[in-house]
Amino acid sequence: MTAPATTQAPRSPGIAFIMKKAFISAAVALVLFSLMIGIRTEAGPTGQLIYWTRFGELASLVGIVFVGSIVIELLRRWLGPAGTSGIVPPALQNGLATAGRFVAPALLVFTLLVPVIFYNQRYMLDLGILVLTYVMLGWGLNVVVGLAGLLDLGYVAFYAVGAYSYALLATSFGLSFWVCLPLAGILAACWGVMLGFPVLRLRGDYLAIVTLAFGEIIRLVIINWQSLTGGPNGVSGIPRPTLFGIPLTPGDDGLAALLGIKFSPTHRIVFLFYLILALALLTNWVTIRLRRLPIGRAWEALREDEVACRALGINTTTTKLSAFATGAMFGGFAGAFFATRQGFISPESFTFQESALVLAIVVLGGMGSQLGVALAALTMIGGFELFRGLDQYRMLVFGIVMVLLMIWRPRGLIGHRAPTVYLKRAQAISSDLVKEGHG
Amino acid sequence: MSGDTILAVNHLAMRFGGIVAVNDLSFAAGRGQITALIGPNGAGKTTVFNCITGFYKPTGGTMRLTHETTGQVSLERLNDFRISKLAKVARTFQNIRLFPGMTVLENLMVAQHNALMQASGLTFLGLIGAPSWRAAERSAIELAKFWLERIGLIDRADDAAGNLPYGDQRRLEIARAMCTEPVLLCLDEPAAGLNARESAGLSELLLSIRADQGTSILLIEHDMSVVMEISDHVVVMDYGVKIAEGTPQTVRDDPKVIAAYLGADEEEAIAVMESGT
Repeated sequence: MTAPATTQAPRSPGIAFIMKKAFISAAVALVLFSLMIGIRTEAGPTGQLIYWTRFGELASLVGIVFVGSIVIELLRRWLGPAGTSGIVPPALQNGLATAGRFVAPALLVFTLLVPVIFYNQRYMLDLGILVLTYVMLGWGLNVVVGLAGLLDLGYVAFYAVGAYSYALLATSFGLSFWVCLPLAGILAACWGVMLGFPVLRLRGDYLAIVTLAFGEIIRLVIINWQSLTGGPNGVSGIPRPTLFGIPLTPGDDGLAALLGIKFSPTHRIVFLFYLILALALLTNWVTIRLRRLPIGRAWEALREDEVACRALGINTTTTKLSAFATGAMFGGFAGAFFATRQGFISPESFTFQESALVLAIVVLGGMGSQLGVALAALTMIGGFELFRGLDQYRMLVFGIVMVLLMIWRPRGLIGHRAPTVYLKRAQAISSDLVKEGHG
Repeated sequence: MSGDTILAVNHLAMRFGGIVAVNDLSFAAGRGQITALIGPNGAGKTTVFNCITGFYKPTGGTMRLTHETTGQVSLERLNDFRISKLAKVARTFQNIRLFPGMTVLENLMVAQHNALMQASGLTFLGLIGAPSWRAAERSAIELAKFWLERIGLIDRADDAAGNLPYGDQRRLEIARAMCTEPVLLCLDEPAAGLNARESAGLSELLLSIRADQGTSILLIEHDMSVVMEISDHVVVMDYGVKIAEGTPQTVRDDPKVIAAYLGADEEEAIAVMESGT
């Protein structure tokens, strides 16, 4: 009696497989949503907990997952095996590569023109400054994660060190922004080396955990060292930046008065925009130069194969430390800028969330790619703002977009690596060959 | 020149816990000569290499490297990258360790790291693009081109190293080691996985390195045709100790060597050893 049923399964294994998969998905959805959707709790009028069940919604959701799983599986069957080549035709990919050459200059020109185009839109200017800050942070972290292959989950620590360096030096000693900027970078670089020393022997996951802890330690020290940092109250009254000594204020010695134009608070925003743009471009320029120098090549070689590096006489200790220090220095610059822009900083701004966001930008951009990181910062920060109208679904949409992006481009937006030196022709190296590094 | 010793290994011992990988091994490698280290699998050859090239710290014994001009270096006191940087000993690996995501040319540039690092003024001169740095970079590229022509990979200079065929990767690894300008080149099974034609090419390359650069070579090899053809001196190991040493001919006829390779059946062993030549 059971023979027909058992013989039917091998004849069309696809259906059995699809059903099995759909049932498993539905079961997982049932477990996940039974508490999230199935039971609704609220505080009653006298403070007691009241709850009611919503089995109807739960059932429909599980049903959607079940049907959706079948549909996805069928679609996958019809479309054939998923892969970049399958989804994006080669002709289009070549076209994208050609267009890619013009993306960077176009983006730069557009960025330079942003304050002109959006002069009267304060919101856009602020968003631009925010994006550029993350571009700079991404480029800084890219040195450590993308080039040297050292997974750093505590990058925000250097951002904090830079911000507090400027804030404290400026409020306590009255030093100007332009004096404090290099100091903040140097101090952050010192912290980078301090972090680097204990983690030199660690690789991969262990390195990530220690850097994560380091980021938290810095934040906790800032919270608890009340006499120096003001603790959770933060530091306020941080001086605004000046154009090499000329303040951007409505007073008689202000820039507007000197130039004989009417004062507008937008001037300061535009100035801040160009300041962070200059800092970010400096980061970019230095990183591009470093890649072509022996130290940069040693970073990438370290990411590829540490044992081979040692066999070639490369001092892996100083190479790793220099990567940490360089990345930290740019983080410190960005931190000083952040402090002067906000005028007020507190430990709230330097949580793990920031580290994760910057790391996500680097990974999404394609590890090691400067343009990729810039595009990723624009997508992550700008895109996040774009979805503001969706209210509570913002995170959901954002998450789905991230997942889709990583399916489409598992090695980031710009997945290939550009060689640093060539004899005849620079050929992009496929991401399949490039290692991600393991600490 | 032939009587001159470049590397003298004395009473070298390496233990991992209770396991004795190398025990009381002494041998000498002549300057400008090719010395082969052979032995069955697990004899401890690669362990000896790892001791010489600083990847392991030996449990006992000395390894003295004599430079022509600067005198003696005790390799057991140096570690890690300093062996390559200061003692000028370069090595290749049994399982190829190139930088697969970097181009062939970049691989050879990374090998010149220490010289270039100095020329770039610890990066600062290089960052501002000083003329002295540019000149140093150009000459580094010239050296890389020289070696690429030697190994016949000049046309693939801009390709990713990971995309090269296996035999080319082997040769590239040797060229990369030579770009560190070593006095002693240690090759761990350079002919492994090569076909007969590629093996012959490898023998030619190694002989020309010895003749033109004057680099002494220490090699581990299982391919007897390569060993017999190019080595001046052969050291045979088994179970961590030296069981024979001498010219390829004397070693080949040594009954102890034959027994080590193929158990006690000498007739069969002789047949195999001869087929290899």
